[in-house]
Amino acid sequence: MTADRTIPSIAVALAALAVASPFVPSWVVFIGIIALAKGLVVLGLLVLWRTGLVSFGQSLYYALGAYAVGLAYRYDGLTDAFVAVALAAALAGIVAFVLGFLLAGYRDLFFAMLSLAFSMILYGVLVKSETLGSTDGFAIPVPTFAGFKPGDASGQVMLFVFTAVCTLAACYGVHRYLASTAGHLTTAIRDNEIRVEYLGYSVKRAIHTKYVIAAILAGVGGALVSMSVGHIDPEMAYWTTAGEFVFVAILSGPASVAAPFVGSILFELTRSYAMQYTPHTWHMVLGAALLLVIMFLPNGLWSLFRRSARAS
Amino acid sequence: MLTFVAIIVDGLVYASWLFLVAVGLTLILGVMRVLNVAHGGFYSFGAYTAAWGIGIYFERGFPDAGSFFVLAGAAIAVGLTLGVLIERGLLRWMYDRDEVVIALITYAVFLILEDAVLLVWGVNPYFAYQPSTLLGNTDIAALPFPNYDLALIALALVIGGVLWWVLTFTHRGKFLLAVIQDREMSVFLGINVSRVFTVTFVIGAMLGALGGAVTAPIISVTPGIGVEVIVLAFAVVVIGGMGSIAGAAIGSLLVGLAHAAAVHLLPQIELFVIYAVMSLVLAFRPRGLFSQAQMRRI
Repeated sequence: MTADRTIPSIAVALAALAVASPFVPSWVVFIGIIALAKGLVVLGLLVLWRTGLVSFGQSLYYALGAYAVGLAYRYDGLTDAFVAVALAAALAGIVAFVLGFLLAGYRDLFFAMLSLAFSMILYGVLVKSETLGSTDGFAIPVPTFAGFKPGDASGQVMLFVFTAVCTLAACYGVHRYLASTAGHLTTAIRDNEIRVEYLGYSVKRAIHTKYVIAAILAGVGGALVSMSVGHIDPEMAYWTTAGEFVFVAILSGPASVAAPFVGSILFELTRSYAMQYTPHTWHMVLGAALLLVIMFLPNGLWSLFRRSARAS
Repeated sequence: MLTFVAIIVDGLVYASWLFLVAVGLTLILGVMRVLNVAHGGFYSFGAYTAAWGIGIYFERGFPDAGSFFVLAGAAIAVGLTLGVLIERGLLRWMYDRDEVVIALITYAVFLILEDAVLLVWGVNPYFAYQPSTLLGNTDIAALPFPNYDLALIALALVIGGVLWWVLTFTHRGKFLLAVIQDREMSVFLGINVSRVFTVTFVIGAMLGALGGAVTAPIISVTPGIGVEVIVLAFAVVVIGGMGSIAGAAIGSLLVGLAHAAAVHLLPQIELFVIYAVMSLVLAFRPRGLFSQAQMRRI
């Protein structure tokens, strides 16, 4: 048995990116932050997906995380990144804990549809709340880091490093979790729920836990994106946002905790180029890519790495 | 009193519209176990084809009344072309995959169709108001309602009635029910399930396109109209119980009246009242109102 090198590899890759970040153009740093932050949301989907569940409503927690940051700034003047992320994680976690009691009883399409319904409710509330800017949303300032206030240019670099640290922490946590007994229940539940019950584990509780984990990751992702973009709006809760996360999850595949981030970086890069060169066929490119991946790479792009590793 | 009449009539009109866009989805879901996200694409294609056809029709100065046939023709043409293309060309190779994966495949098709609409018709809005203004208004309790909207109620009743009649009283309808009940057993009994699937998908696609075609005269047809419709239709189908025509009807009524009541009494909740109803129904009836008990697989 070979030693598990997943976490050290991710750490090295992220460290390399962080070191390089001050020397690349700011738009690259920006895409990097967005990609890693959305990768966190997808990482949450991966945890759920391993149990065979697909949530079409992660945009709920993504938007909650973002609005937690926004509201903390608006009503309390809080701009600290650490506090913001903690708040976002807490809010997403609490909401998921409550909704989880209901959702943990659902499977397949019903789980997908009910989670979608919840995200659309939040969307409806946000659009109608004029104090929160309705469809326009509102702006939030460059975050501070434990009292330190960076300038505009260094702000993005700081935020990137911060995002990378969050990413590493999340990968480590999820990787440890998936390797634990509770984590191994994921695939067991997907394959045969009733036998898992016979083994003495509560399927409902296991799914509830995973749902909360996924929500916290989505909340943190939303908080990071909002701080980087500097603006939040209800579109973050809309179902197409959630569809995009599912898309990246399918693209990346469930094999490794690193896969969502690779998938997410590829996705954001493709998007920025496609938007520039073929703005009207961007969805078509996406759709075709999704079809091809589902047909020929059922385990996502990550299986390409696996295949080449085995060949060598 | 006026508000009450307005809520009831608006609610019925909205419910009929919801039923028209949702019934094709529930049919495909019930028979094929495919959650067809591409339904939103059929809707936009139907709306665009109808609007474009109506534009040409009136430009040439054909008799006004014939424009309704243009709407129907657009729906049939779109449903046939896209339905056959997608079912025969793509979906039939995927039936052994997981339900959620098939839903994702149709999501991919939806994304492709969304941009296909842009490529064919461009980004500018299309207007096809003529069939709607042609019919004039009717006063109900001193409130004017467009006759076109009231005609939608009639159309929904006709479509629902025909579907119910076909499923209950015809041979082919009973084949369909058999396939819904037990796909494998139907194959053993000599039903050509693969053909049933194709026909169902094409009919479902036509109904989706019809939903778009009849909506075209009352909206401005712009890119992205399918995105909203697809989640609304999902909500209705989930409330009613997946694959149940009666369920879709009751679901539409529930959602339509709730939405109309919200619009007139409490506009703040208008946007999400539908999803609130859906969450409530699912909380108490996890598989929708008209659903059959499911066996748990070991």
